[in-house]
Parts: sequence; structure tokens; C-alpha cells
Amino acid sequence: MKAVRYLLAGAAAIVALAGPAQAHRMWILPSTFTLSGEEQWVTVDGAVSNDLFFPNHVPLRLDNMVVTAPDGVSSPVEGGWTGKFRSAFDVKLDKQGTWKIGEAGASYFARWEEDGEPRRKRGSLADLEADGLIGKPGVEVMQASRRVETFVTLGAPSVDALAPTGQGLELVPVTHPNDVYAEEPAFFRFVLDGEPAVGLEVKISKGQDRYRDDQGLVELVSDENGEVSFTLEEPGRYWLSSSVDGTAELNGMQIKAMNGYVATFEVLAP
Amino acid sequence: MRAILQLAGFSALAGTLAGPLAGVASAEELAVSVELPKISVAEYHKPYVAVWIARADHSVAANLAVWYQQEDGPEGKGETWLKDMRQWWRRSGRNLEMPVDGVSGPTRSPGQHLVTFDDEGLLKDLPAGDYVLHVEAAREVGGRELVKIPFAWGSDAPSTQTLSGETELGTVSLTLKP
Repeated sequence: MKAVRYLLAGAAAIVALAGPAQAHRMWILPSTFTLSGEEQWVTVDGAVSNDLFFPNHVPLRLDNMVVTAPDGVSSPVEGGWTGKFRSAFDVKLDKQGTWKIGEAGASYFARWEEDGEPRRKRGSLADLEADGLIGKPGVEVMQASRRVETFVTLGAPSVDALAPTGQGLELVPVTHPNDVYAEEPAFFRFVLDGEPAVGLEVKISKGQDRYRDDQGLVELVSDENGEVSFTLEEPGRYWLSSSVDGTAELNGMQIKAMNGYVATFEVLAP
Repeated sequence: MRAILQLAGFSALAGTLAGPLAGVASAEELAVSVELPKISVAEYHKPYVAVWIARADHSVAANLAVWYQQEDGPEGKGETWLKDMRQWWRRSGRNLEMPVDGVSGPTRSPGQHLVTFDDEGLLKDLPAGDYVLHVEAAREVGGRELVKIPFAWGSDAPSTQTLSGETELGTVSLTLKP
């Protein structure tokens, strides 16, 4: 009986980890994806919501929000605002090419048994360290890392800002995310810790889901190169999500890691 | 005269490469007439218009005209809306340094506008073959329309083709005079 309860608790823990990425969707939405001219601005919203792309749950925090310029130089967001349902900030595009706007981070989950009862705690690494749970015998620690991104292009698309870091789950453009057109095949490649993410399950959903009954999910599985191919029929703003189990290193130890990836992109009219 | 030139070209190249023969275009003039309809709306802005020649694979063989607001206006820089001519922007505009000499021009008023090209200028290096003329118009606080006319460059026969747009473009005609 105890074993069964423990297993159930374990299953619940996994669901708890997966939960936020599934039920509540994290997204970053720029006012415009494709721009022309010498210098432009975009205003950007970030939220965690049930509907795409309607802020109705909690804001996406700006603490880890980073803007990467076409030359690959990253800088934190300045002058943002966080409200009840969404965060908002402006980005000045003063270089031609593709800009990446993204938020990345990790939370940790510890589970152990105490007096015969399963216990668990979720928080930042600092939280768990403060509780003495890191490195404590009998305590299993897992990591849930996330990457939430969008891409904006001034002029012609470029790829330097999209260079993978080699950590976690990342998108590598085959078709550039600002160069996806309705009714035309597109290809995205995914890497996990820098290696092709083979057999990865990727879901794509169109925005404006408040106005339809069907979720309209496009479900894909990556091939041996980590690539998915898809053809979307309608122009619009889309949300892509994926997650996969892997490992991470914590104080020289390998721990279980769940890697999530989310991107917002626009499908243009051909 | 045209036939003789082609023969001369052929004999000079015979035995070397067949490819360059295609470079001898025989059309001397290409004329595009674009009608911008008068549109009665409270807020009217003259449309941005791009005229270009595309190959079968959609790549751009020649940009003929891009009419847009080149000066900064009360609503900012005119280049901001170049992307609204979305097909042209995708196929060519985003890779260009604007303005382009001999191509860029100011926006035009409603009416018929004729632009002509001979094989000395923008079309100097256009190989004979099948192409598609594209005329795309996008109007601020208005719509967008693209009219396409397929044609053969390097044909010996004069021709005129006319199509009519439905919203942002009126009559568009292409005349080739060998």
C-alpha cells in the first residue's frame, strides 16, 4: 500500500511539473513580427494564460526577460511594467535583422519520505538549499527548466540571435520563424543540450482560440535530426510548445530535468 | 534586324555555350500601365505600389518601380509601411537598401500611370524566358492587392495584356514591343 501511495505521489509530482506548461500557457507576444525601415519599436506582452493570446491568469515575470539583438548581444529588459494579468515592455530595434525576445529559467522540485510519509517541495534552487534539501540523503531533486521565446525581424531575417546555447531545449531555424507562410511547408529543428532532440513531441496551436470550439492543435514528432515539418493553412499568430525529460547537473550530480520550450510566431499570408 | 542580330549572336556563340544565347533578349520595350482607382473614403492615403518581374520560382528578376513616401511625414518614416506590400517585401524589399536608383519614386495620385523600360536600363541583363509581372498596392488604412501578368520576354511578337484589379488596383496592362 505504501509503495502504491508513493508511486501515486510520484505521478502527481510529474503532473505538477508538467501542469503549468500545459494548462496555463506561457507566451511572449510582440506587437509586430516583421518590420521595415531603419529603426523601429515594438511593444511586447508577456503572460501565462489559458487562452491564446488573452491575458487572463498571471503575468510573465520580467526578471529573466532578455532581448538578444541581431548581432547576438543580449541585454535585460528595461522599463517594463507588470500588471495583474500581463507584463509589458518596449523594445527599440536599432539593428537590421532578427531579434530574439525570451525568458528562461528553472524551478526545482524535491521529494522525500519523512516518518513514512511522502513529502515534497517546489521552489528555486535557493529555496531548496535554504531548507537543506539539496544534497540531503534520501531527497530526490528534479529540475524543471523553461524557455519562452519570440522573434521579431527588422528588414531581412538573420540567425545570429538564434544561436543555441547548448542548454535545455532550443529551436534552431531551418525555416526562419519570421519566414513562415500559410500553405507552404516549414521546418524547425530542436536541440536538447545542443544535441538533436529526436522523437520530440511538438504542439502548435493558433491564437484566437477563444473564438472556436476546437483547440486546433497540430501535433508533430521530430525526426532523427530533431526536425519537425508542418504546413499551416491560415495566416495568424501561433503558439508552439514542447517538453522533454532529460538530465541536468547539480553540484556534480546528475538529476532528472524536465525541459520545456515555448515560442510564439506569426504565419504570414503568402 | 532583330533576326539578324540573333543569328549573329548564335554564330558567335555556337560551339561554345548554349546558355549565353538566352541572354540575347529581343524585346526592346516593356511598358506597364497601372491605374490607381479613385477611392472615396474619409481618410485616403495614396497607396504604396511595387512593380517587379519575377521568375517562375518567385525570385525577383528585376524591380521596376517602388512608389512610397520617401520623406519623413507626420506619421513617421515612410519606410515603415514598405512591408505592407508583403509579397514584394518578402521576395525583394527586405533585402534592398532603399531608396533604389531608378526604381524608388514618390507615391502617385489616383489615375493611370505609365512606366516604360527598354533593354538598355533595368532590363539590360534579363535573359529571354517566361516571367510574371507583379503589381502590388497597399494603402494605409485601406486594403492590399496584387495583380500578376505572365509574359514571355524575348518573343518576336508585340503583345498587350490587360488585367483589372478589384479593389486597390484598376486596369493593369503590360505591353511588349520587340
